[in-house]
Amino acid sequence: MSEYQVAQQKSPVFYDRYFRKDELQHQTHYCPGCGHGVAHKLIGEALAELGLQDRAIIVSPVGCSVFAYYYFDTGNVQAAHGRAPAVATALRRSNPESIVVSYQGDGDLAAIGTAEIIHAANRGENITVIFINNSIYGMTGGQMAPTTLIGQTSTTSPWGRRANNEGFPIHMAELLSALEAPVYIERVSLGDNKNILKARKAVRKALELQKQGAGFSMVEILSPCPTILKMDPVVARKFVNETLTKQFPLGVFRDRKPEITVVNPPQRSVAEVLGIKKETATAEEKAARKAFTHDVTMKIAGFGGQGVLLMGQLIAEMGMREHMEVSWLPSYGPEMRSGSAHCHVTLSHERIGSPLITKPQVLVAMNEISLRKFAPQMAQGGLILYNRDKVPEDFTLEGARVVCVPASEIADQIGSAKVANVVMLGALLEETECLPVETAWGVIKSFVKNEKLLAFNKEALEAGRKYVDEKVLVGACCQPDGCGY
Amino acid sequence: MANQARGNVTINTDECKGCGLCVESCPPKVLHLRPELNQYGIHPAQYTGESCTGCGICFYCCPEPGAITVYRLDTKNVAREVANAAAV
Repeated sequence: MSEYQVAQQKSPVFYDRYFRKDELQHQTHYCPGCGHGVAHKLIGEALAELGLQDRAIIVSPVGCSVFAYYYFDTGNVQAAHGRAPAVATALRRSNPESIVVSYQGDGDLAAIGTAEIIHAANRGENITVIFINNSIYGMTGGQMAPTTLIGQTSTTSPWGRRANNEGFPIHMAELLSALEAPVYIERVSLGDNKNILKARKAVRKALELQKQGAGFSMVEILSPCPTILKMDPVVARKFVNETLTKQFPLGVFRDRKPEITVVNPPQRSVAEVLGIKKETATAEEKAARKAFTHDVTMKIAGFGGQGVLLMGQLIAEMGMREHMEVSWLPSYGPEMRSGSAHCHVTLSHERIGSPLITKPQVLVAMNEISLRKFAPQMAQGGLILYNRDKVPEDFTLEGARVVCVPASEIADQIGSAKVANVVMLGALLEETECLPVETAWGVIKSFVKNEKLLAFNKEALEAGRKYVDEKVLVGACCQPDGCGY
Repeated sequence: MANQARGNVTINTDECKGCGLCVESCPPKVLHLRPELNQYGIHPAQYTGESCTGCGICFYCCPEPGAITVYRLDTKNVAREVANAAAV
């Protein structure tokens, strides 16, 4: 007797045991006769034979194959419904050495994920998509899928799919082969022995193309779903072979390398593009500047057009020039002018955890609405700068000081209502001393190019400081007259 | 020697879910479902013990990754045999 040698056995790409549940770790969760198992085996075999197991990342979708990560001993990522091609794009681009397989069903790929697959294919992402088409939603219990045949009954088309009501079945392979970028698109079936071996070749070819870096490849696999189709596994397979393949003709729809001219952007650093000088300050110089600044969180609020967002940007820019950590978070409506707008600014010597400020130490309220809206959020002992000569009659507040600076009036007297924010900036710097005023002037100079406006700005900055110096009394607190003791 | 089958197949009766696809697919029809139930209450597939050609079709038709293992006397021409069997 001669000795037998193993010809086909479980691929090493599969785990020995599947740690899905305590029991049944030796089998997959798929129903008897399910096409997923066969498709998994074809992928597993191809990965093993091409030596790609250690480089492979399989993106499992939502659907019956959601648990693919329990079976494949490769990299695994589970994506949100339909988003597998988007996730695969990210994986492939950030790990250029990887082999990424997006494994999706028809509900996932052709319904909720239509946008993702079309754009991934159109970009010619170097990924392989294995599309399992069984003409029905399996995991959720037999609803109509985009690929459901005309006349086929499902729980959501109980009288059979009608073209006039539910439309026609979507042919994804044909649809995607209309695009320029895809390299290889084939539809195969698991309907009989011959076709399963053809599918094996197709999967292998798709992965081989990805290994060569050719581009986007997709294999659509017509697959039986005995449970949902309420058929015996053998009959379900016949259904695939005889009925599904009539609606979805098998064959290669795309097999060519598109000519793509690679145009690389010029290699310039972000700093170069933005025209920022590289920081040259030494640690000692930075430490020396530390005495001139201190940490503060502030909210600047008002109408759009009052320059509240710009004021926040100016302060953040000043912080950066003083080697501080800064964040600037704007919040505004769709209106360019007269809508409500505010921004959060953090200046810190430490790293900033979140740009969102829930308890600001300083509030700049450029109008009454903002004062009433944000004043209750103030941190204990906070400072409010209000853009009027006094607070509203019925306004009271505990735990925070209000300093009234009629910035808009002062700006009007200077000659431009636009510089009210700079008046307020001057007042803010004078009152809080969080940043040196020379830095403010430096930043304004680089923001404002117009000579005339620059003069207004200089005047405004000084006017704001002077107002706080001369008109606001030390220890001013919240009183209707604006600056009582 | 002439009586020895060219191939052999073993079926893990725990992994087998009794779908019967291998029985249907087997070109020489040497697989069948066992009349007795296994511990999971299904009739697992079984090899009759003779005439397996080792073509491997049952392996590719079976949805379970590890339920079927196919053996051959001579593994050199596996690919050709598989193709031939598919053409039948």
